[in-house]
Amino acid sequence: MTERSAREAVYAAIGKVAPDVDVADVADGDRFRQDLDLDSLDFLRVLETIAAATGVTVSEDDYPAVATVGGLISYLLDAAQ
Amino acid sequence: MTSMTQSFTRWPVIEKDPRDFRVRPNLLDYADTCAAFTWDDARRALTGAPPAEATGGVVSSGTAMNIAYEAVDRHAEGPNAGKDALRFIGADGAAHSLTFARLAEETSRFASVLRELGIGSGDRVFSLLGRVPELYVAVLGTVKNASVFCPLFAAFGPDPIAQRMTLGDGKVLVTTRALYRRKIVPIRGELPELRHVLIVDAEGSPEEGTLDLAALMAAAPDYGPIAATDREDMALLHFTSGTTGTPKGAIHVHDAVTAHYATGLFALDLHPDDVFWCTADPGWVTGTSYGVIAPLVHGVTTIVDTEEMEVERWYRILEEQRVTVWYTAPTALRMLMRGGVSRARSHDLGALRFVASVGEPLNPEVVIWGQEAFGIPVHDNWWQTETGGIMIANYAAMQIKPGSMGQPLPGVFAAIVARDSEGRPILDDEGLPVLVTEEFEVGELALRPGWPSMFRGYLHEQERYERSFVGGWYLTGDLVRRDRDGYYFFVGRGDDIIKSSGHLIGPFEVETALLEHAAVAEAAVIGIPDEVAGEIVTAYVVLHPGWEATDALRLDIIGFARRRLGPAVAPRELEFTDEVPKTRSGKILRRLLKARALGLPEGDTSTVERPQ
Repeated sequence: MTERSAREAVYAAIGKVAPDVDVADVADGDRFRQDLDLDSLDFLRVLETIAAATGVTVSEDDYPAVATVGGLISYLLDAAQ
Repeated sequence: MTSMTQSFTRWPVIEKDPRDFRVRPNLLDYADTCAAFTWDDARRALTGAPPAEATGGVVSSGTAMNIAYEAVDRHAEGPNAGKDALRFIGADGAAHSLTFARLAEETSRFASVLRELGIGSGDRVFSLLGRVPELYVAVLGTVKNASVFCPLFAAFGPDPIAQRMTLGDGKVLVTTRALYRRKIVPIRGELPELRHVLIVDAEGSPEEGTLDLAALMAAAPDYGPIAATDREDMALLHFTSGTTGTPKGAIHVHDAVTAHYATGLFALDLHPDDVFWCTADPGWVTGTSYGVIAPLVHGVTTIVDTEEMEVERWYRILEEQRVTVWYTAPTALRMLMRGGVSRARSHDLGALRFVASVGEPLNPEVVIWGQEAFGIPVHDNWWQTETGGIMIANYAAMQIKPGSMGQPLPGVFAAIVARDSEGRPILDDEGLPVLVTEEFEVGELALRPGWPSMFRGYLHEQERYERSFVGGWYLTGDLVRRDRDGYYFFVGRGDDIIKSSGHLIGPFEVETALLEHAAVAEAAVIGIPDEVAGEIVTAYVVLHPGWEATDALRLDIIGFARRRLGPAVAPRELEFTDEVPKTRSGKILRRLLKARALGLPEGDTSTVERPQ
């Protein structure tokens, strides 16, 4: 997985779960919950969408690491290594 | 449906021996306590009224009562003054506490700010805030000033906010700069009653048209004696969703604190040395009744997590704060359950002695899982916005039948009303409802009015209020059954209201927002069962001619609804359909839609309109 495909997977999941978020305005430092206004069910759905699309599942232990958009992108890249 | 009886007994009863308990439960002998209990006795456990010197010499009548006095000031005047009342856990895990003395001072300052702004008795003060200290100060400071507090969930979008503030005649709003910009600026023109917006993080430079709360607090003159309020004076306003029409503003009075005290005692088993954590947001009634008032009235330290739910974080808080009594919700417990037992066991949760849950029925698996994860089962209980406090509960000393919401609390009289095929209560010749007496027979849960936290009306909607009572019973809208031991079991809503993550969502409110999208001709909204959330809001939409049912349009409509309603209310799923089933009179048959979606029998469809 390239950085670009990881980013696309994350943006696609956000777009699917929370289409009110304009991914063009999303910064890597944005937190899903506080900055993008996703609630906890939305966040789970984002992770499920990504798992279905990329095969990468995020363990609950790692939720703090994927709390931001950039954190989730890095996580996908690391998992693909 | 006879097989249901077996499913109740499939789960073994959880036996208990209160002699093994670390602390003696407040409710030990159910029958004796119920027989001896009176609400007047419960009232006597409270101060009843501020002493005359505290009200500037105004001698209180025998019916004086103020929630803030009971929750804060009387503790601040006594040995609890230096005790932590509220302990806020920040994003970094650090704790920041307000003692009872400090909370008394801050709430008096807030009351003074209101009075200086000309806000007085009965005036409505709204909040749109996360779980920050200013929210707690605002709740209690408002009722100290004899004004009425109405919390709004910060995740609401502009539409639900505007609707509730208009219905509630909100004169003051307490919020943050970011929420003001995003959610209030677009609707401010629709709120002519709104006189003051108090910004909690203005830092000396409030937006145009707003005020800097911190600056006002610093400059506020001494409030002096706390406002003299009567038991029956309005104190809190909580909005709840109806099947049709606008949300309903349930009015609660100062005497509700009597029920918060008694239910905290019996259903949550609060003892003075407890560290209590209610995970509900004060934007919903649980977060106010039990996240603010009940624990403070008991003088216990209350934990407030300022952040959103996260599994590891929650276990850390339970461990580090030595939480003893924990009140949470099925959706949260199911999320913890997904994380596995080992995650719970990797933390020292040894301080925890009682876990309760509310918001939607707790499935037996979660009750049992609690035993594995925490070493103690989860205790389900039942109540709703209108009841103001817990009505039916699994209390600490009782045997648990997993899947049951428990038994009525002392002072609460519950019954099951028989319903006809249209869902209306069946009345006898004298106009009294026919009560269900057969074991496991389904009917509507009804309560005998008289408990102090019962709602006193729906604001500006007397007729709607009166319609919720029949022959001396309050009808709750929830369908239940009861076993021979008096344990109640939740069956479902008697109407079309959706329960998602413990929140009630009115389908009409969601449908109304969807219809404002240019492509939408008709919309019907139902709850579809979901493993984690209980139900998720699902919309069925008929498009106007000329619009194509594409995935892009589906997402566009969901995004449109989320912007207006917020993620807690907006549909998470949306399907296009050719028609929405309706009665001949045009009423949407949501139950039929749901039966079709779930592949269940459709029942009597004789009133369904058939397209020509």
